Parts: sequence; C-alpha cells; structure tokens
Amino acid sequence: MQNNAIEKPNVLRVSDATMQFGGVVALNNLSMEVRKGEIVGLIGPNGAGKTTAFNVITGVYPPTNGAIYLNDEIIVSNYPQGKMKDLYAGENRGKYTKAKTLTPDKITKMQVARTFQNIRLFKDLTVYENVLIAQHVKIRANWLTASLKMNYKEEAEMRRETLRLLEILDLLDVQDSVSSSLPYGKQRHVEIARALATDPKLLLLDEPAAGMNPQESDELMRFVGRIRGDFDLSILMIEHHMQVVMGICERIYVLDYGKLIANGTPKEIQKNPKVIEAYLGVDD
Amino acid sequence: MPMEFEYKKLNKQTKMILTILLVLACIIVTYMLDKGMIGTSYTVRIVRISVIYALIGVSMNLVNGFTGVFSLGQAGFMAIGAYSVGVFTIPVADRANVFYLVPMSEKIVNVELSFGTALIMGGLLAAAFAALIGAPVLRLKSDYLAIATLGFSEIVRALIANNQMWPFTNGSLGLKSIPSFNSLFVPVIISVLGIAFMVMLINSSYGRAFKAIREDEIAAEAMGINLFKHKGMSFIISAFFAGIGGGLLAVHLTAIDTNQFKIMVTYELLLIIVLGGLGSVTGTVISAFLISFGKEILRWFDAAHYIGAWQIPIFRPGLRMVIFSLLLMSVVLFWRKGIMGRKEFSWDGIYNFLRKWPWVVKHILSGDYEKASREKRKVKSDGRATDKAGRAQSRLKIKKQKEEDSRAK
Amino acid sequence: MEATTLFQNVVTGVSLGSAYALIAIGYTMVYGILRLINFAHGDIFMMAGYFTIFAISSFGMPWYVAILFVILATVVLGVLIEKLAYKPLRESPRMSIMISAIGVSYLLVNSATYLFTGLPRAFPELGFLQKVYQIGDISAPIVTFITPVVTLVLLFALMYLVNHTKTGMAMRAVSKDFEAAKLMGIEINRIITITFVIGCSLAAISAILYFSPRPMVYPFSGLMPGLKCFVAAVLGGIGNIPGAVIGGFIIGIAETFLVAVFPAMTGYSDAFTFVLLIVMLLFRPTGLLGEKIAEKV
Repeated sequence: MQNNAIEKPNVLRVSDATMQFGGVVALNNLSMEVRKGEIVGLIGPNGAGKTTAFNVITGVYPPTNGAIYLNDEIIVSNYPQGKMKDLYAGENRGKYTKAKTLTPDKITKMQVARTFQNIRLFKDLTVYENVLIAQHVKIRANWLTASLKMNYKEEAEMRRETLRLLEILDLLDVQDSVSSSLPYGKQRHVEIARALATDPKLLLLDEPAAGMNPQESDELMRFVGRIRGDFDLSILMIEHHMQVVMGICERIYVLDYGKLIANGTPKEIQKNPKVIEAYLGVDD
Repeated sequence: MPMEFEYKKLNKQTKMILTILLVLACIIVTYMLDKGMIGTSYTVRIVRISVIYALIGVSMNLVNGFTGVFSLGQAGFMAIGAYSVGVFTIPVADRANVFYLVPMSEKIVNVELSFGTALIMGGLLAAAFAALIGAPVLRLKSDYLAIATLGFSEIVRALIANNQMWPFTNGSLGLKSIPSFNSLFVPVIISVLGIAFMVMLINSSYGRAFKAIREDEIAAEAMGINLFKHKGMSFIISAFFAGIGGGLLAVHLTAIDTNQFKIMVTYELLLIIVLGGLGSVTGTVISAFLISFGKEILRWFDAAHYIGAWQIPIFRPGLRMVIFSLLLMSVVLFWRKGIMGRKEFSWDGIYNFLRKWPWVVKHILSGDYEKASREKRKVKSDGRATDKAGRAQSRLKIKKQKEEDSRAK
Repeated sequence: MEATTLFQNVVTGVSLGSAYALIAIGYTMVYGILRLINFAHGDIFMMAGYFTIFAISSFGMPWYVAILFVILATVVLGVLIEKLAYKPLRESPRMSIMISAIGVSYLLVNSATYLFTGLPRAFPELGFLQKVYQIGDISAPIVTFITPVVTLVLLFALMYLVNHTKTGMAMRAVSKDFEAAKLMGIEINRIITITFVIGCSLAAISAILYFSPRPMVYPFSGLMPGLKCFVAAVLGGIGNIPGAVIGGFIIGIAETFLVAVFPAMTGYSDAFTFVLLIVMLLFRPTGLLGEKIAEKV
C-alpha cells in the first residue's frame, strides 16, 4: 500500500465488498480506502461497477458480501451467505454475520454525501428549494414546532446557509428558476450544492464533469480542490475525464468487471499495462 | 409602453390589507348566512359540506399531492372520526331509541362527551389506526399501496358493522339523533384551523421534505430524509384531519351509517383534489366549493323535463351524477394539472392576472403586439430576417424553393 | 364438519374461485402490459351482468344468442374505455392513468345507477344453467359445476395463445419491455386492444357464471369482486396468468370456508381478503409465481 510518512486516518474503508445481482457480479471483492483530506479517483470502463460501489457505500442496497467502514465504524456489512460463499475471499471468510445496513438517509446523517451520475434533482422545484431541502437533515425541531414556526431561528439559519452555498456555486442568479429548466452544467452545480448542504465530511462525486467541455472541467477541477480545503472534505470521485482525474486525484483505483485491477498514484496508473488493456484493449 | 409584460409585485402593506379585507369578508358572509340574512338553510348546508370536504380534501392532498403517496384510505379514517363523534354525542336520553335492536354497551351508555372532545378523540383514533397500518403498508410500491389502503378502508367498514361491535356502533342500523351544529361558524372555523395547520406544515422544512419525496424518493433519501418516517408523518397527520372531517360530517348529517363511507367516497375525494390540482391547497378548497355547488346546480338534470306534454326520457334521477362523472373525466384527460396545478393563492398572482388582460388587448389593438412578436421572431416588416441565423435560414429556404421549381419544370 | 358439508363447500368455493379467476386474469394481463391497475375492470364485469339482463329480459334473445351478445357488448365497452381513457395517458406518469381508471370506475357506477336505477335487478334464467343438479348428496345449480370447467378450458386456451402463437409472443414481449417491443416493430395498439378484448370477454363470461346462482345485480356489485380479484392477481404474482387463476381459487375457497366454519364472520369476508393481501405484500410481495425485478439507481 502507500508509504506516507504520516498515516492519515481512514475516513472510508471498503472491505472485500461483493455485489451480485442474480447472475451478474457487479463488484468482486473490492477493497479500497479513502483517508482524511484525500481526493481519490475511481475509474474504469463503462459498466465496471463504479456507481454500484457508490450505491453499496451509501446503503442503497446491501452488498452480497463484505463491509463498509466509516471512520472505522461499521456501517454496512453482510457476510458469506448462500451462493456467494465460495466467491468471497475476504478477511472474514468462513464467518457468518447478520447483515447490517444503514439506510441512505442515516448514512447521509453520518456526513457522507453523494451526487448522482444521471442528475437526480427535484425537477419541479426551484434551485433554491433544492438546496434548502438538503438542509432538512440538520433540523432539530419536530414537525409540530416546525409547523407552528416556533423554530424561526433555525429556519432563518437554514436559509442563510442555502444562500451562502448558492453563492459559492455561482447559482444566485438562477435561484428561482425551476431546476429542470437549467442547462446541464448548471444542474450539476445544483447537485453539488445540494450535496454540500448536508454538511458532509466525505463527498462522493459520480461523474461530476460529465458533459462538460475542457474549459468547464478545468474549472471543476479547481473547484473540487478548493472545496476540499474550504469544507474540510475527503473526496471520492468517479470520473471518465482523464485530465480531471489525473490532475486532481492523489490516488486512483481502477475497476474492471467489478474487480480492482490497479491502484496507485496517477503516474503509476498511467503506466500500468493492465489499465491500458482494460481501456484500450490488447495489441494483437 | 413596455414590450415585455412586467410582472409587478405588490408591496407588503397592500397585501396585508387585502388579506385582512378578505378575512373580514369571509367572516361577514358566514355571519350573514348563519343568521339567515342571505341565502337559505339550503345554502348553509351546501357551504357546510363544502368546508368539510375542503378539509378532508386537503388532508388527502397532503399525502397524495404533496408527498406523492398514492393512498386511498380516506373513507376509512373519515368513518372512524364520524363514529367516534356519533357514538359519544348522541344524548344519553336518546340512546335507547337509537340502539333499539342491540342495546348500547353498558361501558359507554352513560358516557356523553362534548362535541369538541369527541371530535379530537375521533381524529386521534384515526391517527392511531394510520400509525398501525402505516408500518406495513407504507413500504409498498405505489400501486399496491393504493389497493392496500383501499382494502383498509373496507376493513374499517366491516369492523364497524360487524356483530361484535353492535353494542358500540349499532352495526348496520347506523347512528341517528346526532346533535347538529349550533352555528355555521363551528365547521367553518374548525375547517379553517385544520387547513391552516396543514398549510403551515407544508411550508415548514418537513413539508419541503414531503415534496422532495414526491419529486424523487431516492434523491430525497440521499439528502438524509428518512422515507418511512416522513411518509408516516404525512399519512398519520392526514388521517387525523380526515377523522376530524368525518366527525364534522357526522354532525352535519345527524345520521350516519357505514354506507356513507364506501370506496366511492374516496374516489370522489380523489377526483375533487385532481380537479383542484394535486399539490395545491387553494385548488382543493376551490374545487370543494365548486363541486358542492356544482352538484346542486346539476340537480336540474335529475328533474323531469317536458316539451309540452312529452316527458323527455333522458332527464331522470342519476343523470346529474353521470354528467358530473363525465366532467371529472374530462379534467383527468384534458386538464391534468387541474385548476391551480401546483400553485397557491397569492395576491401577486391575482393582481398580475387582472393586469395582464387589458394590457394584451391594448397591445393587440395598437399593433404593438404584432410588432413585439415580430421582433421576437427577428423578422422585418417586409418579411426579411434581421439576424444572422434568420438570414441563413431564409437563404436556405430560397435555395430549396429554387430547387423545387427547377424540378417541377 | 361432515363430509357432505365439506364437499358442498369445496364445490361452492371452487366455483366461486373460478369466477374470480376469470376476472383476475383480466387484471393481471392489463397490469402486465400497461402497468395499470384497471380499477374499472370490476365495473365492466358489473355492466356485463346488466347486459345479460337486458339481452334476455328486454330484447328477449334466446340464451345462446344472449351470451354472444353480452361478450360482444362487454368487449366493445372495454375497448372503448381503453381508447378514450387510457390511451391518451400512456406517456403520462403512472398516477395519472390510475386516476383515470378510478374516474372510469366512478363513471360506470354512476351510469349504471342512472340507466338501471340503484335497485337490484333480477338476473334472468339462462337456459338450463340455474337448474339444480344433484351429485350424490351435493346439490347445486348446474352452473356451479360448469364454472370451474369453463375456467380451466379458457385458461388452457389462453396459455396456448400466449405461449405458442406469434400474437402471444408479442404480448409477452410488450409486458417485458414496452419500449423495446415498440422498437422491434410490434404494433403496440393492436396488442393492447387484444389484451383488453381477452380480458373483457373473460369478465363477461365470468359475470354470466357468477350472477346466475346469485340472481341480483346492482350498480355496486362489481366494486368488491373487482378489488378482490385484483388481490387474487397479486396473490398469484401480478402479470402471471396461471398465478391469477391460482389466486382466484385461493380467494374463492378461503372466502367460502371462512363463512362456513365461522358463520359469525360473514360480514368480514370482504375484509378478510384484504388482510390476506396485506400479509402477502409483507412477506412475499412478488406473489406465489411472480418474479423479482431489481431497480437500477
């Protein structure tokens, strides 16, 4: 593994996660980790299982086997059961544990936020409302006190926060537009603003630069670097734009057919023959 | 004269004055109706049923229109509320008369509650049932949820009517001699308070969470919104107000039985909120009044009509409901957003709506409108394009025309 | 329970179940293809009942002509509903089309009340169907014995159609993937119309068989069987035809035995079906013969 002089603590650790849908093995004993303050990339050809990894990490579905640790605390786990027993090769092989899955909302409450590959904005609501809703996760008032407006201070705070985020993401001028009416690039900004609104410590970005031209993806790259510092984040990013990945990620994991085929620094990955083969095919 | 219609906003004071005037107007009208100064007792009945349906409609819209949960159990919750009020407000002296087949249970035969207490109890009981069935039912997919909630309301009806419950509910004989309202203000104020609370809930952070669930469940979950907790919240609060509405209905009718709470009632409520706009409280209120008054107006179709001495066979009882159903079907097919869509009442909206029409007329008449739309299409008064893209297009058109002409020759 | 009563109840239950099965098939087919719970299906069944009354009592048709007439009329009604109320909403969100189905159901019930009044109407004698027949100690109208036979025959015919004909293959393709079927050149409208024709014919036949031993029809007589049959379709696995039949039998038999063993529960028999539904949805939402579909995020 890496030989950093200072071992930064693990924010996220995926331990031998396997995800099987019927006959398809989407993730095959995947192990990765993200340390505090890092920007880590997750790349691989289409269908390699990257978004599945995100879904398993955020609790959208429990893995067939394996565990996810957040700050060394188990949040998702499922150990060798049924048909997967033989395929599983992790440290907990042979053990049987009852599945533990936190639902996505609980994982978000543990300060893990994600964006979606196919942009899942609240289409008919305005940009402002989209980001404001994301503040709901921090609410302390209950439904009764909130309805009776007894939490006006909290409400005002949420609105201030929303405006602050909109400003950072350069969305103030479109805040009252219906989110589905915005151009693609702006919609991605809203997605990120929404994710940031939940006050995360770990941010999972799923193809944030998709559909962007080189200039926009350059800006995005710098933006991601900035928010890492400003918001004290650790970031795990799925991307296809190689400039972005190589430009900003400190470490990269490469997936192919659900299996981890390489990991290392951008330089190491670029020279790795297996990676080249996976993306470009073998020279005959 | 501005080319673009300017959306003007009224200042806060004007809005406040208008709101106060509106509230006063409503109070005055209610008072006058109550004292018989305007309208008849018939009108009063229709206004009463309108506000009751408005309350129940909003409660159903809360779950269906705002949270996106397809729940069809309203009739069941209404029944629970109605029977709670009915059973406990019939004066003790009249009870033996009502429960003539199977005497009323000794445990409650002497318990007479005030209207207010019985009403709240009805709401809470309905909410309790909602909590009970919510746990299993809310995890289902929307289609199955609809059938499950429909089934639930039938189960409630069966429970109320079954043999063991006769000492409590008088089974299929129903309840009568329920004391009526003292004044029109009672149902109006209760309905207003209920709707006001639900509006405040919708405008709170929790209401926004409901809308998020409606828009995209998966994204809402990713934003930290617990689906089950919030759907349950919406469902239970909706049931509470449906129960209250049911209680009001019992008093309005003074006699109820389980037939009042059949599935058709829920269907009708659903169609009412669709007419008003799924996701608009204002729409539901308007729709409730429109429907209640409309149904009365449609009574004309139920009465026999003659041409000379010949009775036109079409006009007989039942026609009004057929026409009513056809009207609702047209809304469902052609006007899916309903009257208000997802918009709510706003003074700005009304003001600008009123401003827009004279402006449009004025513009059309002065020829400015045509100028403005031509300007939009970037075409000169002699038909030639003014901008680069437009000119390129017209060049292409001319080229194509030339080709066609040469081929035709 | 004595053996005789037991058999009597079995016969009644199976017969009732068969009638339910025919209706359930209609639900499951429409759901399989359009993903729509046709709330109006039960009311189409009710209208078929009224059509029979009119065919025989008002128009004086002989019973064999009446049966054909009723099936035809019901099919026309069903297809009309599909073209007018469901087709325009095919591209709309799911809730819209279900609301439309509810609207149609509402319209049909009100229309029936207007056209035929709310009073129950007597169901006429259909040839020999209502004559009581005796097998051993069990006596029941002939129709009770015929119903399961008819159902099974129709089921086999339908399964042949679905599994061994081109049309059937097209139907299966459409229910698996609507968009792909369109792209493959399958005429969606034709397939949907055929589905409704089949569903409504079965509902019409079921109405004739169902109402014969129960000589009363009233406008609401379709609502309950309609919902119960949807439950039957869910029990068997929604979208699965043999499953719907099995579901129908389960509900018919369970209902009959519930009332037979616990006469006090007569008022509960409808509610019981829904309890069964909720239990089913909790523990095995895909039904007995259904298949699991994963959702892609």
